[in-house]
Amino acid sequence: MFLNNLWFVLIALLWIGYFVLEGFDFGVGALLRIVGRKEKGRRVLINTIGPVWDGNEVWLLTAGGATFAAFPEWYASMFSGFYLALLVILVCLIGRGVAFEYRGKGSTDTWRARWDWTILISSWALPVLWGVAFGNVVRGVPLDADHEYVGTFLDLLNPFALLMGVTVLLLVLTHGGVYLSLKTTAQVRDRAQAFTLRLAPFAIAAMAVAVVWQYLIRGPVLSLAVGLAAVVALAVAWALTRVSRDGWAFVLSALSTGLLVTSWFLAIYPNVLPSTLDPAWSLTIENAASTPYTLTLMSWVAIAFVPLVVGYQAWSYWVFRKRISVRHIPDSPGATAQESPQTSSR
Amino acid sequence: MDALTLARWQFGITTVYHFLFVPISIGMAFLIALLETAWVRTRNPIYLRQVKFWGKLFLINFAIGVVTGILQEFQFGMNWSSYSRFVGDVFGAPLAMEALLAFFLESTFLGLWIFGWDKLSPKLHCACMWLLSIGTMLSAFFIMAANSFMQNPVGVTVNVERGRAEMVDIWAVLTQPLQLWAYAHVIAGALISGSAIFVGIAAWAMKNRDRSERHAETARVLRPSLRLGLVAMLIGSVLTIVSGDLLAKVMTDVQPMKMAAAEALWDTTDGASFSVITIGTLDGRSEVWSIRVPGVLSFMATESFSGTVEGINDVQARYEQQYGPGDYRPIVPVTYWMFRLMMGAGFAMLALSIVGLWLTRKGRLPQQKWVWWLAVGGIAGPIVGHSAGWIFTEMGRQPWSVLGLYKTADSVSPTVSAGSVLTSLIVFTALYGVLAVVEVGLMLKYAKAGPPSEEEALASIERRPPRSWGDGSDGTSGLDGSDDDDADERPMAFAY
Repeated sequence: MFLNNLWFVLIALLWIGYFVLEGFDFGVGALLRIVGRKEKGRRVLINTIGPVWDGNEVWLLTAGGATFAAFPEWYASMFSGFYLALLVILVCLIGRGVAFEYRGKGSTDTWRARWDWTILISSWALPVLWGVAFGNVVRGVPLDADHEYVGTFLDLLNPFALLMGVTVLLLVLTHGGVYLSLKTTAQVRDRAQAFTLRLAPFAIAAMAVAVVWQYLIRGPVLSLAVGLAAVVALAVAWALTRVSRDGWAFVLSALSTGLLVTSWFLAIYPNVLPSTLDPAWSLTIENAASTPYTLTLMSWVAIAFVPLVVGYQAWSYWVFRKRISVRHIPDSPGATAQESPQTSSR
Repeated sequence: MDALTLARWQFGITTVYHFLFVPISIGMAFLIALLETAWVRTRNPIYLRQVKFWGKLFLINFAIGVVTGILQEFQFGMNWSSYSRFVGDVFGAPLAMEALLAFFLESTFLGLWIFGWDKLSPKLHCACMWLLSIGTMLSAFFIMAANSFMQNPVGVTVNVERGRAEMVDIWAVLTQPLQLWAYAHVIAGALISGSAIFVGIAAWAMKNRDRSERHAETARVLRPSLRLGLVAMLIGSVLTIVSGDLLAKVMTDVQPMKMAAAEALWDTTDGASFSVITIGTLDGRSEVWSIRVPGVLSFMATESFSGTVEGINDVQARYEQQYGPGDYRPIVPVTYWMFRLMMGAGFAMLALSIVGLWLTRKGRLPQQKWVWWLAVGGIAGPIVGHSAGWIFTEMGRQPWSVLGLYKTADSVSPTVSAGSVLTSLIVFTALYGVLAVVEVGLMLKYAKAGPPSEEEALASIERRPPRSWGDGSDGTSGLDGSDDDDADERPMAFAY
C-alpha cells in the first residue's frame, strides 16, 4: 500500500505541476487581446511564455502516462467516461500548440489574427474544461460495478463542476496576469497589473465558494483547510500585486494554484474516482492500481529522473528570466506599419 | 459502422498521420545537430546559415509531430479503455518513461534552442540540439517497446482473476529482439526521412541556380546540406534494409501469420519463392498469377534458400487448435501490398542516394532539370515507406491487439457510443487535413526564402547577458524588483 500511496502523491504532484506551470501560460494566452492589445504588445505576451509553454504542457503528458502506468483502471474509466470533453480539450491543445509556432511564420495580419484567436479561444476553454473535469472527479461520476462510466456528457455539466470550471478559469487569468506583471515592462505591465487587481477579487470569491461546496460534497477537514489556504494565498497574491511585489505575488498565485489542486486530491483520497451510484463501485488507489512490480519499477524511474527533469527545466526558466518589453520585439514580416504610442517607454 | 470499426479507422488515420512527421523530426534533428557541430568546430558561417535554414523547417514540422502525439497518448483511454485495463500494468510503463525521459528533454531543450541563440554560448546551444535529438530517439525507443509488446508479448503473466496482463520483467519488454530490430529499423528509416527532406528541399532551392546571383548563393550554401543528406540517405537506406531483413526473421518466428500474409503464402513451402507481383482472386484467398524469384522468401525468413516457411492455412489451423475456433487471418491483400510498397520505397531511396552521390561527386552539379525534380520527388519515398510499414505491421497483427493474448474486438471502450467515436473521427480528420495544408504551405514558403545572409546569421548569435527580475533601477532586489529600466534595447535574436 505504500507504493499505491506514493503513486497517488506523485500523480497529484504532476497535476499540481501542470496547473501551476501551464496555468500561467493559459492565462497569458487568454489575456492576449486584453493585456496585449496591439500587435507588438501581443507578441510581448507570447514571447514571455514562448520558450517554456511546451515544457509546461509535458507535465500533462507525464501525468497521463503515469496514470496509465500506475492506475490503469483510473486512466481507462476517466478517459473513456469524459470522452467528448476530452475531445474538445485535445482539439484546443492541438490548435494552441501549433498556433504558438505558426503565428509568426506567416506574413499577413490576417494570418496572425487567426492564430491569435486560436490561442485566445483555446486558452479560455482549456482551464474551464480542466476545472469541470476535476470538479467531476471530486464530485464523483456514475461508475457501475465494472468501473465503467454510465452517465452522459451532460451529466458532467453539473453546477458544482461548472463552478469549478469558472474558478479555475478565474484563477488562471489571475495567475497569468501576475506572471505578466513580473515578466513585462512599461504599458504592457501596467495593463497586466490593473487587470489582475480588478479580476482577483472575483477569483478569490469564486474559489472560496467552490472549496466550501467541495467540502460539503466530500473530503476531510484537511481538504477544506488546504482549499481555504489556497483562497488566502490568492488574496495575498492580490495584495502583493497592489504594492508591485511582482515576484512574491507570482510565488503566491502559484502556491494558491498548487493548494487548490492539492485540496482536490485530498478530498477524493483514498479514492481516485468516486462512484456516485454506489461507494463500493468507486475506483480506489487499491483497486485501480498496477502490480507492486510495476509500481516499484516506476518508483525507481521517478526517483532517478524527476530531480533531473526539474533541474533542467528550472535552468531553462533561469536562462529566460529577463523581462520582455515591446522594444525587444523585432518587426513582424509584412506588418502594416504604425505601431502607436504603446511602443514608447514610460 | 460500429464503434469498433470507427475506433480502428481513427487509430489508423491518426497514427499514420502522426508518423508522417515524427520520422522527419528525428532525422532532421540529428542532421541539424551535425551541421551545428560543424559550425561550432569550424566557425565557418556557411554551416550556421544552413542550421538556421533547416532549423525553421524543422520547427514547422516538429510542431505537428508534438501536438498529434498528445492525441495518441489520450486515445488509448478514450477509444480503447478495455485494452488499457488489460495491458495498463505493462503498456503504461514505457509510455510514462517516454514522457519523463524523452518529452521533457525534447520540449525544454527545444525552447532553449529556439530562443537561446543570443543567450547561450555556441557550444551550449549546440548541446541543446544534441539533447533534443537524443530526446526524439529515446521517445521512439519507448514507444517502439510498447508496440513491440503488442506484436510479441514478453515479460508478462496473465492474471485470469483480474483479467489483465501483469508485468514480471521490464528488461524483457524493453530489449526483446523484436523490439531492438524494430527500433533500429524505425530509426534508420527516420534517417532516410530527414535526409530526403534535406536532399529534396536543397534540390528544389538549387534547381534554378543559374538564374540569378541569389540562386547561385543559395546553391553554394546548401550544397553541403545536399551532400550530407545524400550520405545520410545512403547510410539510412542500407541500415533500413539490413535491419528490416533481421526484423523479418524475428517476425517469422514470433508472428508467422503476419509474414505468411505479407507473402500471400497460403501453404507451407520448402524453398519458398519471393513474389514480386501477385494477382489473387477477389476474395484474396488464392493466387491467380505471379512473378516469382525462387528461394528468396525462404532466405529472407530463415537464412536458407531451402528453408521451410509456414503458410497462412497451416498457421490458421494451428491457431484454431491453440486459441479455439475463429479467423486468425489478417486481410491478406493489404499486408501483401503494404509489405511490397514498404520494401519498394526502401530500395528506391537506396538507388536515389547512389545516383545522387554519383551526380554530385567532386563538386559537380547536374544540369538536367529532371534530376533535380527526381530529388524533390524523393521526399515522398520515406513517407510512403513509413505509412505502408505501419499499416503492414498493425494490420498484419489482426485480429489481435496483443498477439495471442487479447483481441482487437475486445479492446474497444464498451460505453463509448459509435456516435461519439464518429464525431471525434470526423473532427480529427478535418483538423489534421487543415494542419497538413498549413504545414506544406509554410514549408514551401521557408524553403523558397532560402538560407539567411551571413550578416543576419551572425547577428543572431551575438551574446548579451540576461538581466534578472530584480536588477531594476528602483533600488529593490531579488524577487521584489518591480521594474526594469532596460538599458539593453536590442531586439531579441528570436521572437515569436
